[in-house]
Amino acid sequence: MSVLVYAQNWDGKFKKSSFELVSYGSKVAEMLNTSLICLSIGTVSDEELKKLGNYGAGKIIRVNNEFCKILDNQVYTDIIAQVALKEEASVIIISNNTEGKAVAPRLSVRLKAGMASGVSKLPLSIAPFTVYKRTYSGNAFAHLVINTDIKIITLAQNSFSLIETPNNAGIEDMSVSIDSSLLKTVIKDTQKQTGRLLLTDAEIVVSGGRGMKSPDNWGPLVELASVLGAATACSRPVSDEGWRSHEEHTGQTGKVIAPNLYIAVGISGATQHLAGVSSSKYIVAINTDKDAPIFEVAQYGIVGDALRVLPKLVEAVKELKK
Amino acid sequence: MKILVCISNVPDTTTKVKFVESDTKLDTAGIQWVINPWDELSLTRALELKDDASAGVKSVTVAHVGPATAEPTIRKALAIGADDAFRVNAEPADSYYVAAQLAEVIGREQYDLILCGIESSDYNGSMTGGMIAEFLGIPSVSAVSDIKIENGAPIVIRETDGGREVVSVPMPFVVIVQKGIAKEPRIASMRGIMTARTKPVRIYEPSAKEPLTRITVFEKPSPRAACKFIDPENPGQLIALLQNEAKVI
Repeated sequence: MSVLVYAQNWDGKFKKSSFELVSYGSKVAEMLNTSLICLSIGTVSDEELKKLGNYGAGKIIRVNNEFCKILDNQVYTDIIAQVALKEEASVIIISNNTEGKAVAPRLSVRLKAGMASGVSKLPLSIAPFTVYKRTYSGNAFAHLVINTDIKIITLAQNSFSLIETPNNAGIEDMSVSIDSSLLKTVIKDTQKQTGRLLLTDAEIVVSGGRGMKSPDNWGPLVELASVLGAATACSRPVSDEGWRSHEEHTGQTGKVIAPNLYIAVGISGATQHLAGVSSSKYIVAINTDKDAPIFEVAQYGIVGDALRVLPKLVEAVKELKK
Repeated sequence: MKILVCISNVPDTTTKVKFVESDTKLDTAGIQWVINPWDELSLTRALELKDDASAGVKSVTVAHVGPATAEPTIRKALAIGADDAFRVNAEPADSYYVAAQLAEVIGREQYDLILCGIESSDYNGSMTGGMIAEFLGIPSVSAVSDIKIENGAPIVIRETDGGREVVSVPMPFVVIVQKGIAKEPRIASMRGIMTARTKPVRIYEPSAKEPLTRITVFEKPSPRAACKFIDPENPGQLIALLQNEAKVI
């Protein structure tokens, strides 16, 4: 028996979210009194793989062959399934990010393993195996029992803290035979976002809504994000109007984020917006309307005009950082 | 080309959800049911493709797993413009069960493109599309924000963590759709509502499948502490609180 974490890499590197996943896996392995195995797919250096050992991995398996170069959901499912069976994994843990959402459901069918997505706590119990997951877009959480021998969990991002458990984990290169007819995805073009902090990775997010009044007013908001080392986001009306790019839209149908600090500027806080940000650890709201629903979920609020408040905040942060 | 759009029947997204029977069931009293927002966008894009004669889309069918109470939501999809629909007459026990039922029918009826929303706003599973594809042994592309048909072959854009890729996959395959696929959901016209009444909805009894998971109880999120208000003339105080009290900057 073992717990298997699939640790995705980005151009050969792991992110903080990878280590959160491994920390979580390590605790689940402890609950089950078994060891944690981490699986990496693609080209990742020994040095980078060793980092997984710092968070409790007992063994690191690297699968790297000609079929791993691009994400093909069938190929990746096949690799993870083969490794899971070989290592007799009883729990498989994957990030609830874009790649996790693409692969984990296929794996569930392949292994006939019950799956829970968007899990944000350690299992509530081992027998029956019960997890805590987001439902109704953050308006409720469910206790979900998985009935199968193999369980699959996708972990919500930024929901579990890093725990350093140094372990001198060995690296094993595993060869996995892949049926070449599975590989059907052809990538015709790739556009990468470079130089900008990814919204889903950011620990601080500054977000603007209709209260910003015009796309020309974003200067001080972007500056506040810059001095705080934050990513920028926006509400749906703002992206629908084309004031900001769709990639910045946070909310029900946009990105769901859980930063440590979410600063909502000129956002009233409609249910659909809150669905995307309600898991943030702290919410700050700046709005002219003191009755705006955003203040019901915010810990700190300023009732005032965003365009007047923002420059003062920028100054205050600059003062602090001096 | 035949397109299938899988739809989920969910509470209107502004609903303040409540639970009954010791928090084991959703309180459905007064709830307005709607097409899951992502599925509605999938349907809109499927209909846009059908409107474009060069794309060669013959039909757009809507699929649903649920009891007869979901009929108004299916009729709404037909009113928006889908040609026909099928409903598997069963309680949607979990994503695995729903996907197994849908895959069974899709295997019989044969579709070229199967569109599923990336998530439903009730269980937030993000599972059904990928599961259908695995049951059928066909490819899936996830987080798709655009789909075009060029010379009879679909070209999709998939969002990645940190970029996007233009991808082609041979049909049949499952397209798991996210925001961006269509700008605004299409709205039913009066004529659409009239014709929807007579469009065919095939009803199938479920095949013998078992769910793999079950929800035992729901919890509401713990209420947040009351908001501390800061003088707008002195926002420096906010920065001090964020640094010293919340310790997040």
